[in-house]
Amino acid sequence: MIQHPAVIALLSSATIISLMVFYAAYYGYKIITGWDLQSGSEQQLMLERRTYLISTVIGYAMAFQLISLFLLIYTADTLHPLFTGAMCAAGSLGANSFGYPLLLLKVANAVFAGIWLLINRLDSKGYDYPLIRSKYRLLIILTLLLVVETWLQYRYFLNLKADLITSCCGSLFSSSSRGIAGELAALPAKPMMVLFSGASLALLASYSYSIVKARGWYLFAAASLFFFITASAALISFIALYFYELPSHHCPFCILQGEYNHIGYLLYACLLGGVVAGGGVGAAEKFRKCGSLQEIIPGFQRRAATVGMLFNGTFIVVVLARIFTTSFRL
Amino acid sequence: MQSINRHYNILDFAIASLLRRKGKNLALLTIYTLIVALIASLIFFVQALKREAAALLQDAPDIVVQRLMAGRQDLIGLENIDRIAAIRGVSEVTPRRWGYYYDPVFGANYTVMADAKLAPQAGMATVGLGVAKNQRIGPGDIFTLTAADNSLILLNLEKALPFESELLAADMILLNPADFGKLFAFPANAATDLAVTVANPREMVTIANKIVETVPGSRPIMKSEIIRTYDAIFDWRGGMMLLVLAAALLSFVIFAWDKATGLSAEERRETGILKSIGWETGDILLLKFWEGTAISLTAFLTGVIMAYIHVFFFSAPLFAAALKGWAVLYPAFHLKPFIDPYQLSTLFFLTVLPYTAATILPSWLAASADADSAMRS
Repeated sequence: MIQHPAVIALLSSATIISLMVFYAAYYGYKIITGWDLQSGSEQQLMLERRTYLISTVIGYAMAFQLISLFLLIYTADTLHPLFTGAMCAAGSLGANSFGYPLLLLKVANAVFAGIWLLINRLDSKGYDYPLIRSKYRLLIILTLLLVVETWLQYRYFLNLKADLITSCCGSLFSSSSRGIAGELAALPAKPMMVLFSGASLALLASYSYSIVKARGWYLFAAASLFFFITASAALISFIALYFYELPSHHCPFCILQGEYNHIGYLLYACLLGGVVAGGGVGAAEKFRKCGSLQEIIPGFQRRAATVGMLFNGTFIVVVLARIFTTSFRL
Repeated sequence: MQSINRHYNILDFAIASLLRRKGKNLALLTIYTLIVALIASLIFFVQALKREAAALLQDAPDIVVQRLMAGRQDLIGLENIDRIAAIRGVSEVTPRRWGYYYDPVFGANYTVMADAKLAPQAGMATVGLGVAKNQRIGPGDIFTLTAADNSLILLNLEKALPFESELLAADMILLNPADFGKLFAFPANAATDLAVTVANPREMVTIANKIVETVPGSRPIMKSEIIRTYDAIFDWRGGMMLLVLAAALLSFVIFAWDKATGLSAEERRETGILKSIGWETGDILLLKFWEGTAISLTAFLTGVIMAYIHVFFFSAPLFAAALKGWAVLYPAFHLKPFIDPYQLSTLFFLTVLPYTAATILPSWLAASADADSAMRS
């Protein structure tokens, strides 16, 4: 285990977040089983009050969760000199088999949590708690995922071992143990460019269609998800190359660094925002028929879709601006 | 716009209500600030030391080759220089002769090194500022060292090393190789270790491997390994201190929890009145959110500023002994101020997050009370 202050911060915060969410999910379960809006019993009253607590707890937990995603990447990056052959976060995360699953789960949880908060917001607009059972069922799944994430994080950090000088040998073992591959496998650039353009156009087309016709929201959600995945792959495949101006450097983490003006934070925030908004639109579509929400959902979907488009649009504009202004050519 | 105004008004009200209970909030704020300052000092200090060490080690030789004898470091024979220099990719091999000298009069350990450049003739010496201060000598003075055969070596102090080199060379004495040999009865055909310069840093591992093959019993240490080890040591020390401070942090969280739970009658009445004039539970939770944010932000910023002053103006007297290491001739140095968002977010996770988590439940309890029962109690 590496006793870096940030590692301790990450582990303790993951524990606290898990406890918070677990607490919320416990009452969520009580609400699923005991909720009866018609009843005026003390228990129902208590549960109705608890909904405020749960929303607050999850709101905070998710905000912390999102920051901790970036803190994790930054910490992995800071730790890279401790491992032979690691050049940046890509190497530190590969230092044991828990690193990449942890990162992927953390991203997935951030997206899932964002969508949950959107559903929660939607639910609070309806006067009769229309989504209460569905959202707490989702919360229980989210809790399980977060607990798994915390467990993975412990496994990852507890199993990290720095390659230090020992009394018996200096570099001997560093060369005998294989260095960590600092590069991720990247998809070929040309096909990815076509795919990325296709995903962007598909997203734009489905957005225009949904806004004009006020339907096809599932399609928009799917297009958002497709864009998210394609854009992430494209980032590694060719977008990163333009930012680094190096034909062989595919690292998705180095663009977070100051050398590249921390542009990565903007890009990843846009991607996350875009897919959360898109997912929220899709989730809202599922509840379209729910009593008091019938009036609210269309407006919500239009707004969320527009916000999602703004996020994804910013991503595309920033990327295109870089590709066309740099003198680097693939 | 309307929603921004709502937040603005509630924030306004939150600050006014915090000020109304000055005593209670000031106590909380003081402790919160101190906790932030303590942990921030630790994080800044460890980071600054790491940067300092990394900057210094940039000038270290690419590979240092030592010889091991029965598991202990031993002198390395000069005949190995040619063997190592013959390895392709090695651009330079320099023998280094150095050792430690304990001065019983002043109770200090000096690092003595043979250097033909700074002490070109026998009898000349150049010393670090720490040594000069410790021995109370200046350029032109004469001082003595006791040689291995108990004879005295008279040395003329040529000059003291400039202040910039303080961190590395405070305890350094540079002697002419002839004097060095006499002082330690050092064999002429050996060196303490060999400094190897490698033209291409990417070949470092391969060359280190070849050195092990060509010079049996040798231990090559690469610069990156030294940097890595220093990093890990500072991290480890920082982490240990943090775990010690965790007890303080925990008691602070309990304190905050207690403060937030123990609502005074006045506060309960306030909640009751707010509810009876039409505030909803959500509004009161928002009020509590802004109260917490105001306290956290104030404590966080004040704490960070205090830590900055503590570490970069006063060189962290609270932690220095535990984190820097110790020696009689410890160099005096000021750390270069350096703070980045990463340190601040680590600090945020260590202080604000536990505080916030501890106060959510009490705020909700306060916010969800009924108007009539709150006013009546």
